[in-house]
Amino acid sequence: MSETQAKGRLADLLFFNLTRTVAFITLALLGGIVISLTWSALPSIEKFGFSFLTSSAWNPPADDFGALVPIYGTIITSIIALVIALPISFGIALFLTEMAPTWLRRPLGIAIELLAGIPSIVYGIWGLLVFAPIFGQYVQPFIAQTLGKLPLIGALFSGPSLGIGILAAGIILAIMIIPFIASVMRDVFELVPPMLKESCYGLGGTTWETVSKVVLPYTRVGVIGGVMLGLGRALGETMAVTFVIGNASLLGSFSLFMPGNSITSALANEFAEATPGLYTAALVELGLILFVITFIVLSLSKLLLLSMEKQNGGGAH
Amino acid sequence: MDLRTRRKTTNVIALGLSLAAMAFGLFWLIWILWMVFEQGIGALSLDLLTLDTPAPGNAGGLRNAIFGSLVMVGLAMLIATPVAILAGIYLAEYGRRTVLGQVTRFVNDILLSAPSIVIGLFIYAIYVAQVGKFSGMSGALALALLVIPVVVRTTEDMLILVPNALREAAFALGAPKWKVILMVTLRSAKTGVITGILLALARISGETAPLLFTALSNQFWSADLSEPMANLPVTIFKFAMSPFADWQELAWAGVFIITMGVLFLNILARVVFRQQSANH
Repeated sequence: MSETQAKGRLADLLFFNLTRTVAFITLALLGGIVISLTWSALPSIEKFGFSFLTSSAWNPPADDFGALVPIYGTIITSIIALVIALPISFGIALFLTEMAPTWLRRPLGIAIELLAGIPSIVYGIWGLLVFAPIFGQYVQPFIAQTLGKLPLIGALFSGPSLGIGILAAGIILAIMIIPFIASVMRDVFELVPPMLKESCYGLGGTTWETVSKVVLPYTRVGVIGGVMLGLGRALGETMAVTFVIGNASLLGSFSLFMPGNSITSALANEFAEATPGLYTAALVELGLILFVITFIVLSLSKLLLLSMEKQNGGGAH
Repeated sequence: MDLRTRRKTTNVIALGLSLAAMAFGLFWLIWILWMVFEQGIGALSLDLLTLDTPAPGNAGGLRNAIFGSLVMVGLAMLIATPVAILAGIYLAEYGRRTVLGQVTRFVNDILLSAPSIVIGLFIYAIYVAQVGKFSGMSGALALALLVIPVVVRTTEDMLILVPNALREAAFALGAPKWKVILMVTLRSAKTGVITGILLALARISGETAPLLFTALSNQFWSADLSEPMANLPVTIFKFAMSPFADWQELAWAGVFIITMGVLFLNILARVVFRQQSANH
């Protein structure tokens, strides 16, 4: 073996191990996050145990903490966001893949992707200073007059029209996740083999029939994956929610008009000023809970999207 | 109504709703950008670049915040980019079918969408809490952790697109694998990798949550990375939530700067990427 060859071998070995170590570090990061957060949350985990999840107390001076209110806020705002974003995103994806003239598809697609690129703090300040006042003055009284009069769900839409609150946070979140869900849906709709769609059109199917009876069944798994991705985003979104949710750590009523708190807004508002010890540990435990929830949701989303890819003979991987 | 009319009507209604959804999506984009322009341009002045963040009621600018953001974002990119490109190379060139490769790819995609505030908590737990104070360095580290998944993902995707014939040609000339990767595959995927770097840069430029309890903020000029460091996003957060009109105006100016920067980077990334696609 010549000297150059030997040198090449050695360099190969070094380079391979370097890249592998770095890849392993990326992997270790996830473990590191879970371990370090659990470690920092230990005082709170030891003191409250499972009752942390069911207690609605949040009393820093008395060192009494429970996660119920922020968890409720996180879940309810994300549900509102999904309920609004799902049909809208579907409509956008349908428009971009089946309706829009070809020359318009690219610019519109880019516009939607730009919406996804706007930093969440921009949504936050816009939500607080522009959207919430208008929402409180015109939209909320209208909702209270209409939906608020209905039996059962009426209680959700009662109370003072403050502008900010859980409903406003859910709407801002919806605007934020629409682009994510819409682009995933568009991408999976484009995976449908043209032959399938043309067969439907050939039988005399309308555009809507083609989409609802051919495209949607074919892409069902991918669509659900996209929705889960949006949900993951909504659960973990911080700034847009913190600005408009109102930051009340008490659960006054079930009305969506009331201010509330989410896991992320509690962290954003309180963490830097929290006293070390139980208070900090309780906040870290909130973060850990959030991480575990989003990890599960995002994993599901990823698995669904992967199986969609496989169904299509596998993409690159 | 006969079947034919009913089917046609359903179709028209569905397509009408789809059109409305598209208009709805664009409506928010235009409204938000319009407000950012309107409020932001009114608040622009040279003072933004020459004065530090003021106490309420005083004249001031965003000099320390802009500087702090540039330093932390720059440092984060310097730390994260080499690491992420190497990890991307492993995934695409060595680990396509290995267990480590598969698991890392999966975990990386999860981290890509993981809540950024949790990354901030992580850095707080392993760095800030150990050192005992908030610092610019910890802010840069938190941002770096957000860059890694984005760049790993795009680097891997772009390397996989490189045709195998190119690799085989280089191997046939007797080149060792590391040379093939660095000088042939990585080079031909260059523009794609740059796209990823630009997108990551755009992402962290506006990130607020991970800085809240790492870099914190600083009302004064500071270039010391071991001290709390002013930065645009947290300053905007603090000023926008305040009741003072002059602080809110500065917040809008900051939002304008960030939005323009992020939009510019996003569009630049697309232009760069288009050139790549045109070459293939």
